[in-house]
Amino acid sequence: MRDVQESGCGSNPSVHALVADHPCYSEGASHRYARMHLAVAPACNMQCRYCNRKFDCSNESRPGVVSGVLLPDQAVERTREAMRRLENLRVIGFAGPGDPLANPERVFATCRPLRQQFPELHLCLSTNGLHLPEAVEAIVAHGIHHVTITLNTLDPVVGEAIYSWIFWQKKRRRGVEAARILLDQQLIGLSALLARGVLVKINTVLIPGINDSQVPEINRLVSEAGVFSHNVMPLISAPEHGTYYGVMGISGPTEAQLQQVRDRCSGAARLMTHCRQCRADAAGMLGEDRQAELKINASGGRVIAIQPARREPAPEPVLLAVASSTGELVDIHFGHAGSFRIYRVIGETIEALGEREVVDPYCHGDDRCVEESHSAASLNRLLNRLHDCHGVICSRIGYTPWQALLARGIEPVNSHAHWPVREALRQTARKLRQQRAQNIPMAAVAGMK
Amino acid sequence: MLALVITVECIACWACEPICPNGAIRVKNEIFRIDKNSCTRCEGHAELPQCVEICPVEGAIIDAEGRAMNPPGTLTGLPA
Repeated sequence: MRDVQESGCGSNPSVHALVADHPCYSEGASHRYARMHLAVAPACNMQCRYCNRKFDCSNESRPGVVSGVLLPDQAVERTREAMRRLENLRVIGFAGPGDPLANPERVFATCRPLRQQFPELHLCLSTNGLHLPEAVEAIVAHGIHHVTITLNTLDPVVGEAIYSWIFWQKKRRRGVEAARILLDQQLIGLSALLARGVLVKINTVLIPGINDSQVPEINRLVSEAGVFSHNVMPLISAPEHGTYYGVMGISGPTEAQLQQVRDRCSGAARLMTHCRQCRADAAGMLGEDRQAELKINASGGRVIAIQPARREPAPEPVLLAVASSTGELVDIHFGHAGSFRIYRVIGETIEALGEREVVDPYCHGDDRCVEESHSAASLNRLLNRLHDCHGVICSRIGYTPWQALLARGIEPVNSHAHWPVREALRQTARKLRQQRAQNIPMAAVAGMK
Repeated sequence: MLALVITVECIACWACEPICPNGAIRVKNEIFRIDKNSCTRCEGHAELPQCVEICPVEGAIIDAEGRAMNPPGTLTGLPA
């Protein structure tokens, strides 16, 4: 295994400089230095079966999930603020919530000012690799020295079971064809990056029963290619994530299964075992999802905050309104609700207080739901009907009513779309109680997809 | 040919916006819609409408008759 500490007297003295203060590349650095992911890349060009970008759940900690997308200038503003507050900040990462290279303009437009204003920060990027080959020159030109490629298999037949589809040359492609294109692009991109001296990390999601046997082979191949580090990470999968694997009951590996597979990886690439599978908007030290100190209102943008610490405050009653057709599922758009069901939640106890009719729903549009079909007067009447509620749970909500609710101190919740009402109520009440206990302004934890 | 329409199923993921050859995807307050005067359904540019091809959400884009361009079950592989 390559030893970073000694690399200064070895082949590549710059490697030490690149990893010494990067928490994802060096476990030692992970205890001392912080990183921040800038969520500037919303779009994605493919569908992995372990990903569901539909839900924006602030209680989850997994890649691809984020509570708000930043424009490049907002991202720079956020970095400036973070530099003031996190003195050990060393790394800015681009990880999503889509794929950074499906949004190259946004990513590189963020890199340019960052590099000018904060030349001391490392810039790094994670990608599925589909558009990597054509991006390599831009990556190098923008001073991105660290790139992570997610490589889950070297076999397109296995790939078919991991990827639902890719968008490639104007078409959605599926099956083995899609997996083969992806693999080719990943390997071409990998060689090109290494040839340009970029430090490459490979992420492999261990999906039990799907790619276990592939992992040692991947490890061997990428080690021989000259990859710096290989991160074999466990699949995160639960039915409520709504991912293909989650719904189909394919669960993540046990600790023992993960260890077993890692033990079979003996290549020169150093195995990363300290990965915390951060969200696409994480900030702080690895595994720290709790920097309530970092609440940044990017100029003209949404308020984005890092998740607060979890504590267990005493249960207090929480009054919630739910947009649901039958009371079973959270299935109605805020603007379309003809009535809201009101519940009081105390601890785990849920008490139904009846329905409040809405005389004229806020949104009169059909499925198109365009801005012109909205009435400010209806919205105000609706807000008055909900004035005493702490939160409103609905399947979807537009930006205008979202902001209007926040302005009234009512938390809009659209992260539990199509959940059972009772479960959504419990989760939401728990979150609101935590916020209240920590005195976090409602808006600070609200994210809008 | 009549323009396509984005429904409330849209998750505002932005995938369609940069690839529309006509710049017909309009975004206001995170609500996405297709400008009916600009949409050509990609005729002359691609075999199939590009927004439909990259959209990750079933039922998020419909045609003028209200038919889902990506019907349930076609994208996720999950039973509809």
